[in-house]
Amino acid sequence: MNRRDLLKGMATVPVLGAMAYGTWRKRRVDHIKSHKLARELNMSSESLEFSRYKHDGDAIKIGIIGYGIRGTQLMKGAGFVQPETIQQWKDDAAKDSRNKRYEDFLQQDDLNVKIRGVCDLFDVHADRAMAAAGNIGREGSGGTIDGSVKRYKTYHDMLASKDIDAVIIATPDHWHARMVMDAARAGKHVYSEKGFTRTLQEVYDVRDEVKKSGIIYQLGHQGRQTESYIKAREAVDKNLLGKINLVEVCTNRNSPNGAWVYDIHPDANEQTVDWATFEEPCETKHPWSPERFFRWRCWWDYGTGLSGDLLTHEYDAVNQILAMGIPETAIASGGVYYYNTKQFFVNEVREVPDVWNTVLEYPHLDFTLMYSASLANNHDRGKTIMGHDASMEMGNSLSIYACRESTRYKEKIQSGLIDPNVPIYTYIPGRKNVDSVTTATEQYFASRGLLYTYRNGRRVDTTHLHIAEWIESIRENKQPSCNIDQAFEEGITAAMATIATREKRTVSWDKDKQTVI
Amino acid sequence: MKRSNFSNRQQWALVILRVAIGWHFLYEGISKLLNPNWSSLGYLMDSEGIFEGMFHALAGNATALNIMDFLNIWGLILIGAALIVGLLTRIALISGIVLLAFYYLSHPAIIGVSYAIPSEGSYLWVNKNLIELFALWVLLLFPTWKSIGLDRFIFKK
Repeated sequence: MNRRDLLKGMATVPVLGAMAYGTWRKRRVDHIKSHKLARELNMSSESLEFSRYKHDGDAIKIGIIGYGIRGTQLMKGAGFVQPETIQQWKDDAAKDSRNKRYEDFLQQDDLNVKIRGVCDLFDVHADRAMAAAGNIGREGSGGTIDGSVKRYKTYHDMLASKDIDAVIIATPDHWHARMVMDAARAGKHVYSEKGFTRTLQEVYDVRDEVKKSGIIYQLGHQGRQTESYIKAREAVDKNLLGKINLVEVCTNRNSPNGAWVYDIHPDANEQTVDWATFEEPCETKHPWSPERFFRWRCWWDYGTGLSGDLLTHEYDAVNQILAMGIPETAIASGGVYYYNTKQFFVNEVREVPDVWNTVLEYPHLDFTLMYSASLANNHDRGKTIMGHDASMEMGNSLSIYACRESTRYKEKIQSGLIDPNVPIYTYIPGRKNVDSVTTATEQYFASRGLLYTYRNGRRVDTTHLHIAEWIESIRENKQPSCNIDQAFEEGITAAMATIATREKRTVSWDKDKQTVI
Repeated sequence: MKRSNFSNRQQWALVILRVAIGWHFLYEGISKLLNPNWSSLGYLMDSEGIFEGMFHALAGNATALNIMDFLNIWGLILIGAALIVGLLTRIALISGIVLLAFYYLSHPAIIGVSYAIPSEGSYLWVNKNLIELFALWVLLLFPTWKSIGLDRFIFKK
């Protein structure tokens, strides 16, 4: 080999050296930048480690009251699904390997609970609940069903039974207060859906009764389990945002289901539905109306509309991050602006607004919380907490952007270390995992951090975690994350917004007297 | 040893093209290797066109995804380094063409589809993956490695 051969053969090898040098330089610059930024922000390392909720000891015997849409989801969270649904998931997974519903459900922790009783005013729903409760093997069609689950005609009978330790309440709002109080008096632990109650007075009554009884109460804001909110709280505690002055949260949905104009079951009639019981808490009784029975969220007699139903989720998310409690004043307004014609309804048009907003003032904390909602547009608007130094956008992931005019980050922005267009901090849980959420409503919930969160990188249903936390709290006799005190704050706030809407006035909270004026 | 018929300048222009494409491959591979959060998942899920079913299936299977990630990272690094130094260049060129064909087929620049992963230009049927693929084809037909590159030692008679 001559010198010419050697030179020509090796001519391009030094390029590798250039690549190594360039990569090293770039890495170093990036590292110094991110290290400086990390030191400035002082946030803990990226991933959160969680221990699973404990579920050892004796099985806890649960009764489910109300097996409609939400009741079905809660039972799934507890580990009980009808065989037909599981069969459907199996079939879907066989057709499309991206469909992980079945796999996710099988991976869901066994909470060591038994559903011993079901109660529903509609026979079809009650039968479904029985099938789900008896499906202890998580099997598809043709599996074995535990036949010893009991259907109780009234929830009073269920509460009187020694075979029930705790109840999950997923009924319309107008029943919440009575049921929770009766359960508390009977010494049964309670997981209840939001809105906390339908009326203001009930907020006080339920709080007092639950406190007196010493039962373990959890309110159904599953957003409490969302991993990114834990990071959000850390960011606020470390003052990354500066002085917070405005919080903007919202709901956007655009389907009849999302607007609570649900399908009416063809088998519902006065023989299959206990209408008298459904109407029992109402001051004015209404004749049999399948529309009111299935679409109860559309009328003030049974719920509080966007206030108790969806504002509360957003409010509770912010409350777990900022712990701001009850606002000093609330104003609210809205209207029935889209679902306002007979074409959407059978007999009567809805009462509760489908476009609505409320402004909650916290002068003692120097900030305003604004909530707005449309049930006829699903533009994704996210939640934003705005401070003098930075804004934090929250969903399942979390992004913090420095403010161009920030005082704290001024020098870093000038020196180029911080670019206001690029997040200074991002938290994306489970970013390597497959996400195959399907329906529009599911996507909405997922983007709001209400459907799935991540535990140690694995996708988990937040509702399951919220129930698991309640079960663990019962076992260890401790308070869960959305306990009666959190529920009271949510309940008073929602009631203030509801009153502001219906009475068209500013509603205030007297902190000393603990009264709404 | 058979000398190529190219002029010196033609020869070096082809070598520079080979090294530049090698550089591109190598750095794409290294940057993926150094990023602990990188995965081909998003890219595969974003696939459109006649092969999207296959790419989605690969993304849906955790084992297949890990294999894809590994092959992609080390494929890029080895092909890139081989093109730069001119070692086993023919194999590297053919492998590069196959890899680019996969990229092109997973995200073809066809009418009526748009991708979540933004492209940095405007393309109709022909995109930069396809051009890079054709460039590798040209390099395959105009061998430079027997003259400039480590292959010179291997193929030396």
